[in-house]
Amino acid sequence: MNTNGAATSSAAAGGGGGALAVTVDSSSAAKKNSKKPKYSKFTQQELPACKPILTPGLVITTFTIIGIIFIPIGLVSLSASEHVVEIVDRYDEVCASIHSDKVAYIQNSLTNKSCTRTLIVPKLMKSPVFIYYQLDNFYQNHRRYVKSRNDKQLRSKAAEFDTTSCEPEDKSSAGPIVPCGLIAWSLFNDTYGFSVKNKMLEVNKKNIAWDSDKEHKFGSDVYPKNFQSGGLIGGAKLNSSIPLSEQEDLIVWMRTAALPNFRKLYGRIEEDLQANDKITVVIQNNYNTYSFGGKKKLVLSTTSWIGGKNDFLGIAYITVGGLCLFLAVSFILLYIIKPRPLGDPSYLSWNRCPSGHPN
Amino acid sequence: MNQYFLLIACLQLWSLITPVNPASTWGPLIFIFAVSASKEAWDDYNRYLSDKKANEKEVWVVRQGIKKHIQAQDIHVGNIVWLRENDEVPCDLVLIGTSDPQGLCYVETAALDGETDLKTRIIPSACMGIYFELLHKIKARFLWRNETKLGMSRGIPEPKLTAMDAMIDKLTGAIFVFQIVVVMVLGIAGNVWKDTEARKQWYVLYPDEGPWYELLVIPLRFELLCSIMIPISIKVSLDLVKSLYAKFIDWDFEMIDQETGIPSHATNTAISEDLGQVEYILTDKTGTLTENRMIFRRCCISGIFYGNETDVELLNAVSGGSPDVVRFLTVMAVCNTVIPVKSKTGAILYKAQSQDEDALVNAAARLHMVFVNKNANILEIRFNGSVIHYEVLETLEFTSDRKRMSVVVKDCQNGKIILLSKGADEAILPHAYAGQQTRTFIEAVDQYAQLGLRTLCLAWRELKEDEYQEWSLMFKEASSTLVDREWRIAEVCQRLEHDLEVLGVTAIEDRLQDGVPETIETLRKAGINFWMLTGDKQNTAIQIALSCNFISPEPKGQLLLIDGKTEDEVFRSLERVLLTMRITSSEPKDVAFVVDGWALEIALKHYRKAFTELAILSRTAICCRVTPSQKAQLVELLKSCDYRTLAIGDGGNDVRMIQQADIGVGISGREGLQAARAADYSIGRVSGTSLFNSVSLMAYNVFYTSVPVLVSVLDKDLSEGTVMQHPQILFYCQAGRLLNPSTFAGWFGRSLFHAIVVFLITIHAYAYEKSEMEELSMVALSGCIWLQAFVVALETNSFTIIQHLAIWGNLVAFYVINLIFSGIPSSGMYTIMFRLCRQPSYWITMFLIVAAGMGPVLALKYFRYTYRPSKINTLQQAERMGGPILSLGNIEPQSRAIEKEVSPLSITQPKNRNPVYEPLLSDSPNSTRRSFGPGTPFDFFQSQSRLSSSYSRNCKDN
Repeated sequence: MNTNGAATSSAAAGGGGGALAVTVDSSSAAKKNSKKPKYSKFTQQELPACKPILTPGLVITTFTIIGIIFIPIGLVSLSASEHVVEIVDRYDEVCASIHSDKVAYIQNSLTNKSCTRTLIVPKLMKSPVFIYYQLDNFYQNHRRYVKSRNDKQLRSKAAEFDTTSCEPEDKSSAGPIVPCGLIAWSLFNDTYGFSVKNKMLEVNKKNIAWDSDKEHKFGSDVYPKNFQSGGLIGGAKLNSSIPLSEQEDLIVWMRTAALPNFRKLYGRIEEDLQANDKITVVIQNNYNTYSFGGKKKLVLSTTSWIGGKNDFLGIAYITVGGLCLFLAVSFILLYIIKPRPLGDPSYLSWNRCPSGHPN
Repeated sequence: MNQYFLLIACLQLWSLITPVNPASTWGPLIFIFAVSASKEAWDDYNRYLSDKKANEKEVWVVRQGIKKHIQAQDIHVGNIVWLRENDEVPCDLVLIGTSDPQGLCYVETAALDGETDLKTRIIPSACMGIYFELLHKIKARFLWRNETKLGMSRGIPEPKLTAMDAMIDKLTGAIFVFQIVVVMVLGIAGNVWKDTEARKQWYVLYPDEGPWYELLVIPLRFELLCSIMIPISIKVSLDLVKSLYAKFIDWDFEMIDQETGIPSHATNTAISEDLGQVEYILTDKTGTLTENRMIFRRCCISGIFYGNETDVELLNAVSGGSPDVVRFLTVMAVCNTVIPVKSKTGAILYKAQSQDEDALVNAAARLHMVFVNKNANILEIRFNGSVIHYEVLETLEFTSDRKRMSVVVKDCQNGKIILLSKGADEAILPHAYAGQQTRTFIEAVDQYAQLGLRTLCLAWRELKEDEYQEWSLMFKEASSTLVDREWRIAEVCQRLEHDLEVLGVTAIEDRLQDGVPETIETLRKAGINFWMLTGDKQNTAIQIALSCNFISPEPKGQLLLIDGKTEDEVFRSLERVLLTMRITSSEPKDVAFVVDGWALEIALKHYRKAFTELAILSRTAICCRVTPSQKAQLVELLKSCDYRTLAIGDGGNDVRMIQQADIGVGISGREGLQAARAADYSIGRVSGTSLFNSVSLMAYNVFYTSVPVLVSVLDKDLSEGTVMQHPQILFYCQAGRLLNPSTFAGWFGRSLFHAIVVFLITIHAYAYEKSEMEELSMVALSGCIWLQAFVVALETNSFTIIQHLAIWGNLVAFYVINLIFSGIPSSGMYTIMFRLCRQPSYWITMFLIVAAGMGPVLALKYFRYTYRPSKINTLQQAERMGGPILSLGNIEPQSRAIEKEVSPLSITQPKNRNPVYEPLLSDSPNSTRRSFGPGTPFDFFQSQSRLSSSYSRNCKDN
């Protein structure tokens, strides 16, 4: 590393070298003082420090406090979740039960796919009642699937020809597909019609997608083109006269789910549903989940501050809180039964046996 | 490791398999390399500057008869360099002429070996008397070797890998294996799943026939996902941490030399964290343990004990002109090879070859016996105003075998010829004339030795003219023999050195560096083994070792000796020592062994295995008369047994050792007080602040990646975020446990637990209608960040502002960064964070993750902390409970007492020494005298056999 040969050796040692002597006093002391680095608390690692240690008191208090806080939160969440009224109806099996070859049935575009289901409202459902469709065992998080879209194309008309990463649904013979990619191509296409006591229930399908998506992710000047025009028809077709920013079903569908079981918002019923009301649902059972054994469910649900019906958080909170209290109590007991002073040097191994070397 | 990252980065470029944007790997990679490259560049630039400064130093060179001023780098072989007094020698030189009439020249080699005594160089006889003006006409042919001596002993430096690096490499390897296993399992599972299930999923539209490498795609993809297990940032973070530690060493006020104000300087930033893991310290003696500055402390003149030169009694005795005292002082002033030099101010400076002589002459001068001038063979002494001249007739030089030196001088006033001797007690006292009572001197020597002082006996004898003449002839003859000259001279000298009248005993203190005994004591308590490697002779080495707590005195410690001239002898003694060592290893005894260079050579060559075993068994070793390359070999030996070694040295002869050791501590020049300081530094580290931050980093990444592995999604922003988070955490997370596989396994388990907690809670809390991908991954990530903050908080032992800033600031930074990203419409996570922060369920989920993740960890830690505390824990507890504790040693009251006892070897507190002090080695000067009573014929040529006999006695004693 030293590039020089001569300079680093500063005195003669070699076979009989010689030089004049240097006296032994260190007069250079004063001038070297300037080398002293600046003093600051940081450089000396002397910053005031708080050094907490795990005393029994501290730990037990912590656990107790966690327990005391968590159990009420858990109870509140649980009650919120209990107040949510939810109707789940699996219809894929029932609607295709008369057909022996379900895949052939669903793929045949000529068969009548409508199917009627009756749901009973268990409790009063206050408006708005959210309508979801739930798909089980559907991997929207599949890598090949997730990547198969082009956000630029969705956002602006100028990027219409930008279909990179959309393979294999990128181009048709007539030009680029808008919106391209597998996600859009496989758009969910079951439809539901609701009626109570022979009166149609209005389903509001506006504002089911995120505003941010409508405004920034999907262009208002981008219209579907060459969509579902190839040989293989995936899911729903899109009205090519409506811009993408208003195709809310598509926008909802394009927010891919992270888990194979997911619900997506279909619409809202903006009136209260009375208890024991019979809701008749006419389902157009178009979407093929039969080939991969997926389930389709229709979900009607109210909402609360915590979201939909989900007992998990409440139960988890109560469990964790309970465990914390249990730990606190057992630590207290342990402390009483077997007290042990902290920081007693006699526990140090080299104090226990004086000859023992720690290594 | 770098290759790994490069491989990963290249794989990322293959868009078919890359799960994330390639920029997420390339960006950090480039950034990291830029950072380390600029750091190296800065180092190199500084080195270049200092090289340049040295190279451009101006020197006088004679060329074609004209003195020229050139830069040091332009000196070529064959140039004649002209140096003035006190000049620095710019290169290797051969002396061809001096201004001194005798052609003498004195060189100080402190910069090379730390020894400050002057080395005499004489110009070759052929060049004698050539005037300076003629010098340029000399056509000298010098044998010239390409390698300078210094260069040859230096060896090739190896890059130093720290234990940390090695451990990280190992762990990285382990993780890599784990990763490969995961990748294989998941890859195979993925392929099977793809063939059985995914083909049915029409919405994925798998092509019927994939390319040939199709089978590889899924495993490789998983490999890329798992690549975060070995985080890219680890490298640069570690580098940053290391340089920060190095800076802390530089900055540390504790490590600044009090006298000169030179701060310590860590040149290799990479190894500082190893200081905490040192098991063996190998140290040079001269200039490292001792200051190499002798001070006259006491004397005993004809039975009367005096203090040093400020002692009033002594001064009175001097001014009273007591003949004994005067003769004593004469020996002090005359019996040496010191050269007095008058400085411009008129003060007299002494240039001595040995520090002992320097101390004696200086002391004599202060006692009014001033050695004024040396003119050829005439010495000029000024005593109480009168000037006395002595003519030096012969100098019987000091050799380590003879252990004494003498001069024969002629008093120019009365023409008397006198023999003046000084030497070790065992070399002088047996030669006292028959009637002299040497008892008081023996006691004096005893007492001084107990104080750790180096003793010298002074003696004299008047010679008769004819006796001298006769002897002189023999001496000349002996000096000119070619065979066995040394032996012959010694024999001849002995004929003169008899019937001496012992005048007294001087006691000189070879001052230890400040705090050395305490430091060594503390370090030994900390379980660090000490080896002293020195070029000094055995006795000196043992004395020094004793006085700096290197070895314990007799009842507690035991010293074993390995010696021998032949292979067999060495082997036998090695075996014996080994045997003793094995027996005593269970006893509470400090066993040390002493080995000299010759025996070491043989031992290393032929009995390497036995010696290695010995090295492991023994806590302390003293190696005397070792060469630089042997020092390096010893270091290598210890390293080969997987011990961490630290080598301390100050001179050119230590360079190889320092380079070879895991950690080298170099001491700048003579003012090498930093040795003690550096040691202090490492003890500070030992007591609890080593690093496992790297593990927390890895652990974090492991659990972080587990989520995406399971969900098989990974957001680009997140990985960037990860890299951003790490450095701050790394800097300040200084919790105390050593980085080792079991700790690592603990962390690994914990991280797995956390991964499961985060994953399960997230997918359950955000099930169904909330399972939007961006949101869910954000929830998981923030869960990780929260958990990580609390893990670090739990593991941090001391919170300063910086730690708080790092931990909680990190958390805040995470939100700030993500909120900013959420505000950018084009980013994938637009508005995600705003939405999440508005949801109460998000915050509830966070708290749940923290509580569920930390609760068990806290409970376990508390349990371990209270009921199975490690040493560090106990110390921490003790520290918080009972006031400040600075080092390991202070915790134990008894050790503090010992430290006090051993501390400064000052004349004012002789009582503090252990009164039942026993000499350690039976052949140490005083005990020799005991076994060979006064008057016993003493033959120094037997010393070797005596050593071995005393050794075997030692063996039997056990």
